[in-house]
Amino acid sequence: MAELTAVLASTHHPFYYKATTSPPDERPPYAGDWQRKVEAYRETLIAADPDILVMVGADHFHQLWLDNYPQFLIGQAEQYDATFYNEEREFGIPKFLLQGDVDFSRYMHQELMNQEFDLAVSHELKIDHSIICPIITVRPEADLPVVPIYTNIFVPPLPSPKRFYELGRAIRRVIDSYPTEKKVVAIGTGHLSLELGGPRQFGEHGPDPLFDADAIEWLSTGNAEAILANVTHESMSGVGNATHGFMDLLLMMGIAGEGEHADYVDQLDLFHTREMYITWYPYKNQKQAEAATAAAEVSDASTGPIYANDAVWDQFREEKQESEQGTGADALSAVGEGSER
Amino acid sequence: MSRYYVNKFLYTVDSDPKWVAAYKADPRGTIDRWEEEVGQWLTPSEKTSWLSFTEEEREALATHNYVWLFEHGAHFFLNLTLFIALYDQEYTARSGPLSFQREMADKLSPWVGKEYPSVAL
Ligand SMILES: [Fe+2]
Repeated sequence: MAELTAVLASTHHPFYYKATTSPPDERPPYAGDWQRKVEAYRETLIAADPDILVMVGADHFHQLWLDNYPQFLIGQAEQYDATFYNEEREFGIPKFLLQGDVDFSRYMHQELMNQEFDLAVSHELKIDHSIICPIITVRPEADLPVVPIYTNIFVPPLPSPKRFYELGRAIRRVIDSYPTEKKVVAIGTGHLSLELGGPRQFGEHGPDPLFDADAIEWLSTGNAEAILANVTHESMSGVGNATHGFMDLLLMMGIAGEGEHADYVDQLDLFHTREMYITWYPYKNQKQAEAATAAAEVSDASTGPIYANDAVWDQFREEKQESEQGTGADALSAVGEGSER
Repeated sequence: MSRYYVNKFLYTVDSDPKWVAAYKADPRGTIDRWEEEVGQWLTPSEKTSWLSFTEEEREALATHNYVWLFEHGAHFFLNLTLFIALYDQEYTARSGPLSFQREMADKLSPWVGKEYPSVAL
């Protein structure tokens, strides 16, 4: 049977390629730190020795459109072109040609159907940046066959968070039962709190750093119960109109398993959004443990969960407290003024 | 009201450099031509006979009015991406990276703390 040697869940950011490949004097000030963290994260994949990548992402209205929009879709093609003209235009992301694995895609599709997940299928799928960003960050050689799975995080009504999590659980069972001697790694990308095309976009920080704090704790401790109790489509909209990409991270946590603590957890406040890089090793061996430790030394990451009470978020807690006290004091003084009249 | 048709405009224009250039240079004229050549077509040979813009939608598109489009439920991703294509370069040259995106945020700032117009169709 296949061995699932690692599960990677990370944010994706189409700015990374240009930020880290421009001539040094044109790079943004945050590029150095970002590159150091991404390259350290890459080491955690290398230690998993993958032969095949199961990749989870979401098409951003590149190929999939409103005349016929699937909730979940699997690619089943010999090869996959990437990326689209408008992504090259906006982000400078180059073209790729990824190899597929038709047999594994067919098996995955059928077995997910057998578990009541009725995915749509594409035999001519062009891959967008939700899958190419992690190729660029963790496997820039782009040398491994992929099984792409797309989710709907964009076109309401969306599947529920529970459905994303359960799909992750089902994908795990399929990988575990696939008859092959090969090593499989699952890589999926999404977002923490994020705003696009709205008033909170491109601010000094992500739209809701304290949601990010909870999200990273929940994901890195495998706390499905807390996520399913606290996260709804409405609550995600409340912390940023494009936050629904968080459900793809939840899906990846489903692949790793309930209660599974992550083996490598990193994050970076990249002004308008927070980046997050998580790796689970389901059958952690010494080589993987050492790789995670060595990578964490380079990136200042953690080799276990990062909790919401981490000092990283003190600044945002204080700001929130101050603004709440501020409103409280205003309300009190308003009452005071009223009673004097 | 055809939010779908507005989204179709944003989507198909954004994904073709010829239409991006035309919509930048001559928005009003481009809308008419787009309806003839793209908007009414489901596939290269199959026509959709009933799609059309309201006058307000047409006017918002003709004036690059992304605030109106946001407020009337155009999909936020399409609305952002296409107007970045139209304006990012000149804003960046004049006022630095992301200055267009920040101006857009600023123009939409009355919506902070409120529930945004739904993009559901
Ligand atoms: Fe994205």
